[in-house]
Amino acid sequence: MLDSTRGYLDMELLRFSTAGSVDDGKSTLIGRLLYDSKSIFEDQLEAVEAASKSRGNEDVNLALLTDGLRAEREQGITIDVAYRYFATPRRKFIIADTPGHIQYTRNMVTGASTSDLSIILVDARHGVLEQTIRHSYISSLLGIPTIVVAINKMDLVDYSEQVYNDIVAAYRRMSEVLQIPNVEFIPISAKKGDNVVNASENMPWYTGKPLLNFLETVPMPNKLGGEHFRMPVQYVIRPISDRFADFRGYAGRVAGGVLRMEDRVRVLPSGLESTVKAIGMAQTPMNEAYAPSSITIELTDDIDISRGDLLVRADEPQPQVEREVVVDVCWFNERPLLPRSKYVVRQATAETMGMVSAINHRRNINTLELETNVGELRMNDIAEITLRAANPLVFDRYADNRTTGSLIFIDPDTNETVGAGMIK
Amino acid sequence: MDKPKITHLKELEAESIYVLREAAAQFERPVILFSGGKDSIVVTHLAYKAFYPARLPFPLLHIDTGHNFQETLDYRDALVQRIGAELIVGSVQESIDKGRVKEETGYYASRNKLQTVTLLDTIEQHRFDAAIGGARRDEEKARAKERFFSHRDEFGQWNPKNQRPELWSIYNGKKAMGEHFRVFPISNWTEMDVWQYIYQEQIPMPSLYFTHQREVFERDGQWLAAEPCIPRKPTEQVITKQVRCRTIGDITCTGLTLSAAHSLEDIIEEIAATRVTERGSRADDKRSETAMEDRKKAGYF
Repeated sequence: MLDSTRGYLDMELLRFSTAGSVDDGKSTLIGRLLYDSKSIFEDQLEAVEAASKSRGNEDVNLALLTDGLRAEREQGITIDVAYRYFATPRRKFIIADTPGHIQYTRNMVTGASTSDLSIILVDARHGVLEQTIRHSYISSLLGIPTIVVAINKMDLVDYSEQVYNDIVAAYRRMSEVLQIPNVEFIPISAKKGDNVVNASENMPWYTGKPLLNFLETVPMPNKLGGEHFRMPVQYVIRPISDRFADFRGYAGRVAGGVLRMEDRVRVLPSGLESTVKAIGMAQTPMNEAYAPSSITIELTDDIDISRGDLLVRADEPQPQVEREVVVDVCWFNERPLLPRSKYVVRQATAETMGMVSAINHRRNINTLELETNVGELRMNDIAEITLRAANPLVFDRYADNRTTGSLIFIDPDTNETVGAGMIK
Repeated sequence: MDKPKITHLKELEAESIYVLREAAAQFERPVILFSGGKDSIVVTHLAYKAFYPARLPFPLLHIDTGHNFQETLDYRDALVQRIGAELIVGSVQESIDKGRVKEETGYYASRNKLQTVTLLDTIEQHRFDAAIGGARRDEEKARAKERFFSHRDEFGQWNPKNQRPELWSIYNGKKAMGEHFRVFPISNWTEMDVWQYIYQEQIPMPSLYFTHQREVFERDGQWLAAEPCIPRKPTEQVITKQVRCRTIGDITCTGLTLSAAHSLEDIIEEIAATRVTERGSRADDKRSETAMEDRKKAGYF
């Protein structure tokens, strides 16, 4: 095999999202990253050049690379998250370019929920805005390990160090109140290319890395999930064939820890136990499995296990099993969340009915204060609620395991996903 | 414990298998849309792995425009045999004969657009509630906006301005009667990932993907196969060239690439060096700036 072929097969994948207020230049930044890292193909560039020209844009409008929908191109805004892919010799990247409009916050959360890193853009002329705060807060609630604040359009403030320092200070005041950890700052101009791929000659006072170099070298986040073995059962494989007459495989994706042959496992919520007879993926047996692998497990005993159950190791700390949980919620729907209203709750592969027993408090994004005595949650509100489930939930705290600690709310009347929840 | 290294291919494979298992668990009658192209071959391979040693819990559905390369049909039939899957064919010719659609005419006539009607008719006839496809977000700017579980209304339409939020890897496949879902397990794969995976897994591929001699002619800077289903203008001369397909679709919209790549390694090297996207050779995307979005809204793959 050629060396280069081998090199491609052995890369790590970093998923990041871009967020921030409208017109802070998210799509332009991504266009610039792709353009300067030579990840744009000739036919794509030709199409964007032609489209820019027909719109009367003076320069090539790099945002048109990601704003793919007709309505987005007409209005020059991003409505839904667009995914883009590129690689450098060091890493592969998946970018989720998320919308800035408050109206489309649900799509920002969609893009951010699977990210390892979040880039929040700030327009140097406007500083920290409401959407800057909302997106930063959501990113930190989602447990995204690193937040990069890219202070953009530095070319429009004469590359001023003072302006940059003031914004950093304002952001830090906000992030301390909201307890957002691990924030990095980079001054850039997406339009002119300063500090995106190439270090800026216009800002000698900035001694940190340009953005791409930062993305290439930031420590890879832990993809192994939580510390303890967890596997939500997705599906039971029963071939019902002569050759595999007694085969019964439990299919799922590992959400933390390690499982080895002959480990004692427990099924929750039933509490039944058995021993691992085999772990594998198709014809390949495995001695051990860890996140984020998709696997099939066979056990020594025929016990009742079905979709929605959680497999854990009997010798490790156990998840909690409760009917009442406290949850941080982002609400997405025009139909408000009201106390005592009922929703379908999907948590890992389990599903149950749930009722909101109380809205404990809501975060005011402008004053950063917690408001109590809240009657309902409206679209884009972020709040803490108490949820009562019809069947016991088997869970870990979201901070300990993003898979077993997260849930969504589904409106039983419309089937729409109306909210996201993180268990505290 | 040493931290195991998780390569991008391992991570992508695990994600896709997870999506396929969710589709099997959440829907009553899912089906794999099989075109004979590399993406649907990879999806079928992943599905085979996901449910092993059981057979695929979904049939394969091929929408046959009647303008297929013979190699595609041979490969399809051999694959179905090998993995013991059920094959359903939806015929565009039948839709034309029944008067459900009207054939385009002229030099640029293609049955690509007509497929949508045949597809939606077949979905309805078999009461499929989820159609699993090999579309990837990196292919095209409208596809870049797709969810893994993508809702379709009772007219088969996609509403890109109001998609359901899709949080973490919790997929919501709930729907009303008559609605269905499109499921895209390899959303996050690039063309390069697909070929690397084919190489890693040593998946047998149709011969069309490797270099071969073929009678072709040039139109609008593209090489097209000289076959009776594409009427040629008097000025379009047929010559023999060394070509391969970078994507495989209906003959009328599959541009051929001049290439000497005769092995998977060669293909990977070729893609690493290329400066044009794979859909750059697809005539169907060149019709307008938002051609793909418009077709997708109407129910296209």
